[in-house]
Amino acid sequence: MVGSVPVNAQLKTPGPPLWLLLELTYRCPLHCAFCYNPTNFARTGPELDTEHWLRVLREARALGAVQLGLSGGEPLARDDLEIIIAEAHKLGFYINLITSGVGLNETRIAAFKEAGLDHIQLSFQDSTREMNDFLSSTRTFDLKSKVAALIQKYDYPMVLNVVLHRLNIDHVEEILNMADRLGAEYVELANTQYYGWAYHNRQQLMPSRAQVEHAEAVTKRFRERDGRPMKIYFVVPDYFERRPKPCMNGLGSIFLTVTPDGTALPCHAARMLPGFEFPNVREHSMHHVWYESKAFTHYRGDDWMKEPCRSCPEKGRDFGGCRCQAYMLTGDAANADPVCDLSPHHHLVTEAVALAEQPQAAVAAAGGDKGGAGAVERPLVFRSPANSARLTP
Amino acid sequence: MTESSMDTAARPSLDRRFRLQWEAAQNAHVLLYPEGMIKLNNSAGEILKRCDGMTSIAAITADLEKSFATTALLKDVVAFVGMAVEKKWLVLFP
Repeated sequence: MVGSVPVNAQLKTPGPPLWLLLELTYRCPLHCAFCYNPTNFARTGPELDTEHWLRVLREARALGAVQLGLSGGEPLARDDLEIIIAEAHKLGFYINLITSGVGLNETRIAAFKEAGLDHIQLSFQDSTREMNDFLSSTRTFDLKSKVAALIQKYDYPMVLNVVLHRLNIDHVEEILNMADRLGAEYVELANTQYYGWAYHNRQQLMPSRAQVEHAEAVTKRFRERDGRPMKIYFVVPDYFERRPKPCMNGLGSIFLTVTPDGTALPCHAARMLPGFEFPNVREHSMHHVWYESKAFTHYRGDDWMKEPCRSCPEKGRDFGGCRCQAYMLTGDAANADPVCDLSPHHHLVTEAVALAEQPQAAVAAAGGDKGGAGAVERPLVFRSPANSARLTP
Repeated sequence: MTESSMDTAARPSLDRRFRLQWEAAQNAHVLLYPEGMIKLNNSAGEILKRCDGMTSIAAITADLEKSFATTALLKDVVAFVGMAVEKKWLVLFP
């Protein structure tokens, strides 16, 4: 669903931060094992208050930010969401609410409409059991259906997002049929990106190549049906590719996110990158964050690149891929994203994919478990404050 | 769609899924839609901002010719409107 935007990544002097994402809270009623939020979220500082967020909006708009995402956690957990939307609308932002729908009732959606909210992306970010509930027409399905009806009643485009992984990717046909029944105009089938909780659970979430190919074939069949206006975006799982994604169009190029405690990041996951004191909007202006802070300037242009990226004719297309993935997998954020088959670390990706070809019990027995625990199958670790505290003592 | 096949009395209107906006920081009009943005060149912006659902293609063309002190814009306007209808930026009222 990313539209055409000018690419400034090759320039040392950037254009505006066109895409501003506010992660308003880490609070969330769901506990998805594939969440990209950092696993240490319980150890981050207190949430910004309303006045801080309004100042962030004003300063970012003055820099030229225009697409606004309101996300989390679950943004509906903030009871000042209506105030934030109203200010953003007054400033001229195009406002996207990215939500699970849990907590969305008619009073709130009416208030959002009144305040100037432009769009709601409804996510089916369920854990496995909830997804099964949903697919078998139980509680979750009722909730989502109600929310979908509200979205239609208030004349918002129906945009659904479903995160795909090993445990639900075989249900793509049912998911698309459901989307059709709900009257979806756009469906984003987003294969899990392995950051945060998803990275922690990577072994359990990684589909096999056959699963991915089956899901793609089903998607293709749906796209080719006659007379159905539903548009389907299939976000490919990058581990199965040979070239990396042009992550964020290069860090510090168009995207700026502010996390619940006010830490500003050049991408959702960048908090993990070493060597930076990430600027906090409590202490710094958005101008400083975007134009001056090392966290945002360091990866602009290509001075930071190493081989094979530095001399690669494709560096202007993919910017070396994802810095976070390079750091997580190789220990050096300036390395090529190992998804690229030109990377000397590409085997780290192919080995993870190969592991997914085996039945899960065999994977654990083969020592696929990071802890090397032997034949013990590793359970999914669900996103929760308690698990966050446990994982980050 | 060619010039001859498009009724120049038709009145184009921006599809309700798009929002047209002048962005000073980009020195351009942009079309905004869910999670996306299209940066428009000058002539596209000038045409689209006149597509209010009440003004005909012929009248839009006349207004553009007057504003920019030029003539013979009809072919370009029709071509652009045809493209924009195809992309679903515009809807045409007869």
